[in-house]
Amino acid sequence: MLSDSIRNIRTIAKRELMGYFNSPVAYVFIVIFLLLNGFFTFMLGGFFEIGEASLARPFFNWHPWLYLFLVPAAGMRLWSEERRTGTLELLLTMPVAAWEAIVGKFLACWVFLAIALALTFPVVATAMYLGSPDVGATVAGYLGSLLLAGAYLAVTVMTSALTRNQVISFIMSVVICFFLIFAGWEQVTSLAVRWAPDWLVNTIAAFSVMPHFMNFQRGVVELRDLVYFVSVMVFSLFTTSVILRNLRGA
Amino acid sequence: MITVENLVKEFGPKKAVNNVTFTVQRGEILGFLGPNGAGKSTTMRMLTGFFPPTSGKVAIGGHDISENPIAAKKLIGYLPEAAPCYSDMTVRGFLAFCAEMRGLSGGAIADAVNRVAGLCFLEGVLHQSVDTLSKGYRHRTCFAQSIIHDPEVLVLDEPTDGLDPNQKHEVRQLIKRMGEKKAIIFSTHILEEVEAVCSRAMIIDRGTVVANGTPAELKAKAEGAGSVTLRVFGTAAETVKSRLGSLMVAGKVSVSSANNAVSARVFPRDRHVNGELAKAVAELTVKEGWKFDELHTEEGRLDDVFRAITLPDTVKARND
Repeated sequence: MLSDSIRNIRTIAKRELMGYFNSPVAYVFIVIFLLLNGFFTFMLGGFFEIGEASLARPFFNWHPWLYLFLVPAAGMRLWSEERRTGTLELLLTMPVAAWEAIVGKFLACWVFLAIALALTFPVVATAMYLGSPDVGATVAGYLGSLLLAGAYLAVTVMTSALTRNQVISFIMSVVICFFLIFAGWEQVTSLAVRWAPDWLVNTIAAFSVMPHFMNFQRGVVELRDLVYFVSVMVFSLFTTSVILRNLRGA
Repeated sequence: MITVENLVKEFGPKKAVNNVTFTVQRGEILGFLGPNGAGKSTTMRMLTGFFPPTSGKVAIGGHDISENPIAAKKLIGYLPEAAPCYSDMTVRGFLAFCAEMRGLSGGAIADAVNRVAGLCFLEGVLHQSVDTLSKGYRHRTCFAQSIIHDPEVLVLDEPTDGLDPNQKHEVRQLIKRMGEKKAIIFSTHILEEVEAVCSRAMIIDRGTVVANGTPAELKAKAEGAGSVTLRVFGTAAETVKSRLGSLMVAGKVSVSSANNAVSARVFPRDRHVNGELAKAVAELTVKEGWKFDELHTEEGRLDDVFRAITLPDTVKARND
């Protein structure tokens, strides 16, 4: 039973992942991701100017903003394309549970994002060449970045199930992810505490990816941050299954 | 193999399918007829587990589609109405993916792909990307997908739509051959297809089954079905009419004459007695010594039945 599920997930994930690399999407995406990463790290991040071989500020700091547009772009077609072309009917009448298809698609895109993220290794190599960055912090940073991408992606999977239009799926997902950044971004929270009670600001900020991602950036891997990212993913993917069920019911 | 009981599907206030009940056994091919929007596709989507029914039951090979969907879906091959395929894949890649989803693995996948490619005439396009295919090929690719796991139940939504006459013929032959061992239900607009392929036909209109029987039974419902037409020479029309009218089994008789010939149409007194009328007319013709060049029984046409059953009353009134 479980082995059947794993098989189905793997088959769907494989098809989806090959779909990225069979089209220009994967290559365009990876090139732009790496170019922007390099630009932010070395030009805006002041990688060379800050005088320390650390990746936290110049590199990982930009990822919430970079992912804000790139992750929805990578994931917007996952369900909306199935709905538009009618292959949804084909997929869901096969002997596969909806959750298996959702997880399969999510994993495929997440693996794709992980590949893109892994290709940023020259940045690490540069830091290693110039000095001795904290290996633990770097690994934690990458883990945080991957989880952040996963959380955004799960939101995108959800919005793509809501519509057959990829553009709408993209915009909705950018807006939700933007809120996830904004609610806990230091610049916003430091202003908000002036007129709102602390507990309110903190509660809203707790929904944000920022404080949790910041911990990883500092090299701190805490259970509650892991739980946060996993909950965002589980919640979004579960909502996706509800959306798909309603789609067929009504 | 397919058991449907009191199936209902509501979309908001609209009843798309209303209390449909039928069964399809192994070895049966059920033709599913009806005007556009009658509920054919909705019914098929419920059969295949894509739409959950509002109420009622669907069981495939004994597995309830709502309670045990995976076991039921394993038995079904399904061709959706629009014949959707993943357009970013090659035909071979797409079919291999479907085979893998159906539980095949290793060499069995390649074997299955080659088998269905042969059956559906896709050998020439296996390496082509689906989005470069013409409509007919794309349709057959999706059809191939539905039989890749040699399912016991086939649900085909307009399987010959978009094919040229030769391809239509091939697909019909294929369905007919497969129908010997499987339970097949397919929908169509083409009535000749039903006569050529189906062992049973069902007409659905506005969500309700309005006729269900063998094609011959349905045709017998047509107006004028079972009447006998006779054309004789050198005899007065009045004589022909009165003699024919005196037959025990004959009902109404109408005659018309042109040149030297008299055409007579005899309607049976009792529609349900088959073959008696033609025999009686033939015997009479021989006894009277009439010269004739035509004598046949009207079978009735499925088109007429279909129109009579499914035309909205307003349109019927206008046509009269």
